[in-house]
Amino acid sequence: MSRYSAFSLLRGALTGHRHWQPAWRDPEPKSHYDIIIIGGGGHGLATAYYLAKVHGLTNIAVLEKGWIGGGNTGRNTTIVRSNYRLEPLHNFFEFGLKLWHGLSDELNYNVMFSPRGAMFLGHSDADMVKLAERGDAMRCDGIDADLLTRDQVAKLEPLLDMSRDARFPIQGGLIQRRGGTARHDAVAWGYGRGADSLGVDIIQKCEVTGFVRDGGAVVGVETTRGRIGAGRVGICVAGHSGHVAGLAGLKLPVESQTLQAMVTEGVKPMINSVIMSQSLHCYISQSDKGGVVFGGDPDNWPSYAQRGHPMVMEGAVAQGLALVPALSRLRMVRTWSGVTDMSFDGAPIIGETPVPNLFLNGGWCYGGFKATPASGWTYAHTLATGKPHALNAPFSLDRFERGATIDETGSGPMPNSR
Amino acid sequence: MMLIPCPHCGPRAQSEFIYERTVDSVVPLDATSQEAMAKLFTRNNPRGVDDEIWRHTYGCRAWMVLSRHRVTNEISECRAIGPEALP
Repeated sequence: MSRYSAFSLLRGALTGHRHWQPAWRDPEPKSHYDIIIIGGGGHGLATAYYLAKVHGLTNIAVLEKGWIGGGNTGRNTTIVRSNYRLEPLHNFFEFGLKLWHGLSDELNYNVMFSPRGAMFLGHSDADMVKLAERGDAMRCDGIDADLLTRDQVAKLEPLLDMSRDARFPIQGGLIQRRGGTARHDAVAWGYGRGADSLGVDIIQKCEVTGFVRDGGAVVGVETTRGRIGAGRVGICVAGHSGHVAGLAGLKLPVESQTLQAMVTEGVKPMINSVIMSQSLHCYISQSDKGGVVFGGDPDNWPSYAQRGHPMVMEGAVAQGLALVPALSRLRMVRTWSGVTDMSFDGAPIIGETPVPNLFLNGGWCYGGFKATPASGWTYAHTLATGKPHALNAPFSLDRFERGATIDETGSGPMPNSR
Repeated sequence: MMLIPCPHCGPRAQSEFIYERTVDSVVPLDATSQEAMAKLFTRNNPRGVDDEIWRHTYGCRAWMVLSRHRVTNEISECRAIGPEALP
């Protein structure tokens, strides 16, 4: 695999750009792998990359039913941040945020990570108290968080409606300056190229249709391209975790819901940071291409349909327009939706399952994209050693029966009330 | 938006309804703690038809059970809720 560099570009310019190679191979599946990862999204490819890079395991396959990065990796709003209040969450995501900051160098692939700042808005005294508490909790663990006054928010984002009679008056904010956005496709492609160059087989158009069992243990998978044996199998298909785990007879603490997002036509820079409001549930940022990307609540009923309902979109748009009235002049050019695993406490699930040799990575709710590097790193550790990494140990599947839920919003066991 | 055939009001826009939970996640009064845990915290979550409890909140306010396909959104049945609808 040739490295991408300014020199390779220059050489290409002199030779008619005929030197470019496919970024990954298209191998036939072997009859047996040490580890099979089901799902070729960002998380699955990152897991394969770190298994090869950190743990030196290369007899690995990533099975993808469609094409890599074609699921939720390509259907999010690309926001990267680690500003959670609860320790297990912010420590996990902060580990990931540190990986994000060196990711383009690590992968020799430009993931266009842009740490432009991720800002929560506060709309009331109670909001400001909540944001201060969250910021304090983060700073106790060495994570950057700055409480902003109303004037500081207005200076950072001049287009916000800061008037006193605004529909959602703004009192201040909490910013994580190291947060930002990244190019979602590039994350999947970068990890895929990296994993492939280390010997991992990425097998696309290969849907898992069942598990091969010996006694109780999983010893392989049935796929649309035949039976493939495996030492260990890792499910990494968030959105469809319930379906795939169901093939092994598992019933998960997950309900699948649709989450929509949308983008406007491209315009000159108008949104400087990532603006988020958790009291409303709206998040707005501007892509490098100029489109204003925003999203809101999930469709709060179970669905595997990769398309959303306009009434939910209308809610998100109404919030966006109330916060940034200038958005009303822009045309919306595209909307899309993904299927999200809504877990029962809002936190992910990474770890062992009751089935020997079968592991699970899912339950990402609507926060999976930013976790990609940390998820891959810790899941690789879990698959390589059979035991969770310290960072993902709190996110075990059995935490619900142990009463050890990680409920950031404190809303109880109702996935549709997140 | 779905058109939900309310057993009391006839076909009405989905925006009048609120989804509650699946029928299989209602905890029976005599459930053991293990059963209650499973009912509260796990779902069948099929990529197909499941029975769901919805409420016509902005209409007749009655509860009902919908059999709905999770991919196509096709509603094959909507029946008024009663003791026989619950486990």
